[in-house]
Amino acid sequence: MLKLQEVHQKFEIGTVNEKHILHGINLTVNEGDFITIIGGNGAGKSTMLNAIAGSNQITSGKIFIDNIDLTNAKEHQRAKYIGRVFQDTRMGTASDLSIEENLAIAYRRGKARGLKVGITQSERKMYKELLTSLDLGLENRLKDKTRYLSGGQRQALTLIMASFHHPKILLLDEHTAALDPKTAKNVLDLTVKIVGENKLTALMVTHNMKDALKIGNRLIMLHKGNIILDISGEEKAKLGVSDLLKMFEKASGEEINNDRMLLS
Amino acid sequence: MSFFIGAIAQGLLWAVMAIGVYITYRILDIADLTAEGCFTLGAGITCKLITSGLNPFLSTGIALVGGLLAGLCTGVLHTKLKIPALLSGILTMTGLWSINLRVMGKSNIPLLREKTIISLLESLGFEKNYAAIFSGLILTAIVILFLWWFFSTEIGYALRATGNNKNMIRANGVDTDKVTILGVMLGNGLIALSASLVAQFNNFADIQMGVGSIVIGLASVIIGEVVFGKRTILRSLIAVALGSVLYRIIIALVLELGLKTDDMKLISSILLAVALCFPNIRNIATRNLKNSIQRGGK
Repeated sequence: MLKLQEVHQKFEIGTVNEKHILHGINLTVNEGDFITIIGGNGAGKSTMLNAIAGSNQITSGKIFIDNIDLTNAKEHQRAKYIGRVFQDTRMGTASDLSIEENLAIAYRRGKARGLKVGITQSERKMYKELLTSLDLGLENRLKDKTRYLSGGQRQALTLIMASFHHPKILLLDEHTAALDPKTAKNVLDLTVKIVGENKLTALMVTHNMKDALKIGNRLIMLHKGNIILDISGEEKAKLGVSDLLKMFEKASGEEINNDRMLLS
Repeated sequence: MSFFIGAIAQGLLWAVMAIGVYITYRILDIADLTAEGCFTLGAGITCKLITSGLNPFLSTGIALVGGLLAGLCTGVLHTKLKIPALLSGILTMTGLWSINLRVMGKSNIPLLREKTIISLLESLGFEKNYAAIFSGLILTAIVILFLWWFFSTEIGYALRATGNNKNMIRANGVDTDKVTILGVMLGNGLIALSASLVAQFNNFADIQMGVGSIVIGLASVIIGEVVFGKRTILRSLIAVALGSVLYRIIIALVLELGLKTDDMKLISSILLAVALCFPNIRNIATRNLKNSIQRGGK
């Protein structure tokens, strides 16, 4: 399905500020995997997702989806394989466009766009039914600009948009981190529901260790641009937060020193 | 009252120019200074072709093409060569000065007894200002209807989203470079189209005539939105066209008060500055009002 081979990512190469963020990531994601990704600040979690999505061109290595080499494909060319939800709730929708216009744009992800009408009547009906079934209180606000939605509503909407047409990979980059705990839980529940119902393959970055253990079938820990832990199935199911901390110390040779990871 | 009719005529001729600025400034969120050179280009092409004996309608169409090409240049500089938008516009604008002189062959082309769209309307019995109002109204209506349709197409949605959130629209598979180039072309095409009509009304093209046009366009956009609202695309387009008329009426009133035409550019700038900061002033004013009401209630 998704394969990363020896992926290195450096920024500001050749300057005093040169940063080497990803140190040769090797990862094979199987169809149907729901992987949670944890790691401290600067571990390279977001950078890895950006590399997969093509927001940054990687410095060296290869990226494949379904054995298609996408290493040099631009972000918009990869979009037909990839759905994304960002941490910043404003990033996922165009705020001056209405809910239905945003949905219609996402519904055409990866397809050629022409001078046909941007949204058809049958689509309007479909979106309304979809939003009604999800009970977000958005079904009667299809004409509202998304700037008037709450952060949680925007994330839910982005999640629906990102899961249209069964993307090969769904990338979730701390998509609940900017929400209050109750809303975060709702969006997370919706995520699990959408991924499950559509049998999507998903990568979810989170800083919440409990969520990382509870959700998905596989867990990856990143540290200084390397994958230091990759567990799945039974092994993951049996794990507790304290085990995870110990494994981290063993694998990285350091104690966890990241308040955000420990406190959450 | 004649100054009033004249102002409406000018406003309608410039309305399409303001709509062109609206596309780059509001939809794409780019302050595109190409307008200054592009306006002269549209007027220059038109007058050159008309004095060479070409049909005025065809000349107007070719002016539109000239504007599209000017936009293409700025769009490519900005997206493909990664030059900041403001600078890309300045580069094209500056380069166009020389190109405009080449096109025109001299710095001023008068239209003496040549056939223009305006003179054709006059020969049908319209008084000159009314000929301008009539042709400006028809052109503006066509442009607004066209854009209303265009912005409701798939590409139109992509264009609006590109100006709004590049990350989002890229993640949805749109090449923002292409769409941005298209938008800048469209905007500048309309500016040249408007300039063509203005030149046919004024009966001349001058190398200087584009100077300050961006300020006029922006002022029309802002005044239109503040006064007539911007809830939907159609509403915004109509508001910008009306803003152009309102701008001309304000200028005409100021001139009636005794200021000279030499003061025009200063008045334009002051007007734009006031229009730009008006929403902030309004916010501060309502906040103060609310505060004072709250204080009063205690």
